[in-house]
Amino acid sequence: MDKTQDTAAEISLSTQEFLEKPESQWKSMWDSLKKNKAAMVSLAFIIILVLIAVITAIFPQVLPHDPYEQNMTKTFLFPDGRYWFGTDQLGRDIFSRIMVGTRVSLSVGVIAVAVSMTLGVVFGSLAGYLGGKVDSFIMRIMDIMLSIPSILLAIAFMAALGQGIDKAVIAISLVSIPEYARIVRGEILSVKENDYVQAAKVIGDKDGRIIFRHILPNVLSSIIVRATLGISSAILDASALGFLGLGVQPPAAEWGDMLGRARNYIFQAPYTLIFPGLAISLTVLAFNLLGDGLRDALDPKSRQN
Amino acid sequence: MIKYTIKRILLLIPVLFGVSLVVFLIMRVFSPDPAPVVLGEHASREAMQAWRNAHGLNDPIVWQFIDFLKNALTGNFGTSYYTNQPVMKEIMARFPATVELAICAILFASVFGVLLGVVSAVRKNTAVDYASTILALIGVSMPIFWLGILLIILFSGTLHILPSTGRIQPMLQPVGGTGLYLWDTLTSGDFEAFGDAARHLIMPTLALAMYSLAIITRMTRSSMLDTLNQDYIRTARSKGISSHRVVKHHALRNAMIPITTVIGLQFGSLLGGAVLTETVFAWPGIGSYTVQCIQKSDFPVVQAVVLIIATVYVLINLIVDLIYAFLDPRIKYSKEEG
Repeated sequence: MDKTQDTAAEISLSTQEFLEKPESQWKSMWDSLKKNKAAMVSLAFIIILVLIAVITAIFPQVLPHDPYEQNMTKTFLFPDGRYWFGTDQLGRDIFSRIMVGTRVSLSVGVIAVAVSMTLGVVFGSLAGYLGGKVDSFIMRIMDIMLSIPSILLAIAFMAALGQGIDKAVIAISLVSIPEYARIVRGEILSVKENDYVQAAKVIGDKDGRIIFRHILPNVLSSIIVRATLGISSAILDASALGFLGLGVQPPAAEWGDMLGRARNYIFQAPYTLIFPGLAISLTVLAFNLLGDGLRDALDPKSRQN
Repeated sequence: MIKYTIKRILLLIPVLFGVSLVVFLIMRVFSPDPAPVVLGEHASREAMQAWRNAHGLNDPIVWQFIDFLKNALTGNFGTSYYTNQPVMKEIMARFPATVELAICAILFASVFGVLLGVVSAVRKNTAVDYASTILALIGVSMPIFWLGILLIILFSGTLHILPSTGRIQPMLQPVGGTGLYLWDTLTSGDFEAFGDAARHLIMPTLALAMYSLAIITRMTRSSMLDTLNQDYIRTARSKGISSHRVVKHHALRNAMIPITTVIGLQFGSLLGGAVLTETVFAWPGIGSYTVQCIQKSDFPVVQAVVLIIATVYVLINLIVDLIYAFLDPRIKYSKEEG
């Protein structure tokens, strides 16, 4: 008897909760993410990276050395207590340069994803929602962009735009639009036929309102997962452009650019090539693990695999 | 099936036309004037003007595009701004190097990716499974060029057992043939040259294959896990068929369908990755060549390379789709109707 009452109370309570907190999807996602150790460690690592980026920007004096100061008497010093990661071909402290480079890589990743995601969502929504000729036109353009390997397309854009990290962000944003457009279009096609969208149409909502109020919130979670993984590939692409000498202008510090410039000294001072690459890999790994964690948290089915 | 194939081939035409247009727009319309780059900043105005006239860069832009398309259809991509050699000749001299590297990489990635994926699916949640998971994570997180650098530091700088650059020692280079050195040296029976070419290939192959290996391993694992949970596998097991046979003949054959798609897509992405790998290992293929040409504003070459790579890429995707339809009759029929 008691038990039945308890269950009934529980049910009514959870119904109440459900009615009161429509955002509980996010809470349950967080609860499930919290159990994923790899994702939580990655999240902590990313928070530390953000702190490093912010603190070195505001208080550059916390760095052990000036990341831009050249000293030709101190080139290729082996890592020691004074120069933790050694010094590079111009006698600059590699540790300080990697710390400063955090800001470049993180901002490139975040800005590139923000731009390409926004444009991808716009094109994908238009294609998926309006269908017909608009759909085929937009998706044909996306197909064309997808049929050129993205790094090659990005390099070609860089040739047209000129060198520089801002141009690299534009190039990377442009080449990743199709990916988002495709995902959003697919999701919208599957959500579009739901009763609540039809109902909104019946009561005379405008297309823009239907897309923003009824459709996009339902595809938001998959966009967030995609964006997290997108940051990691944007950072990889940016480092590749930097490695090819198309990224930042000297003396700015960027991880890929550091590798590209130290490459000629690979046998003389291999340690100059270890740490910048490690920084790229760990950052990319963290965003990948967090993205995987978010995906599992959103879709419990995928966890079995 | 034939009708579907023809339809798909016809659909390639607008895509390739679009690719030409995009490349043309980027290189000819939005890019800065190549004349000062090619002739040097200090060339006289008259010289630059004459150079532009000679290369048709003063014609109306629409004409330039039509000319480019007309010539491209006959395989004529003009001449390089620097060497004055036909672009097709320059590309063909380097294409075999890239093809050889890409084929080695995709073979390596497919064989080991499928193998690792199957083993980790069958031995789910064991040490092997965890090791392959970690390997796959590293594979997708490490920049190709850094992996290449690490391999050079280890095998060339420290152990001194593998050459860090090039395709073969100059004196062993095979003359004529296909340009695929492994094939050429093997068919001519020159085993010393074959060994040297193989040694040069090991590190670039590993670096280029790592990302695809990771993707193929993950895909195989999840596809195998899906299949192993099917009723017909349980039926097969309950009939007393050996575990090995069940995995090989019943599960893997069905799991191969999505795996084929991934392998095909990866082969396409390898062509992009080749740009970086070739730069690291000074591999004389079209990837590193394109990077140099973009930096030097050698537009005819860049247009041709991007168009050729895009053609190869969409053709591979088409072949993958056809294999897919062949492996899974259900897809074939539903697509033919549509």
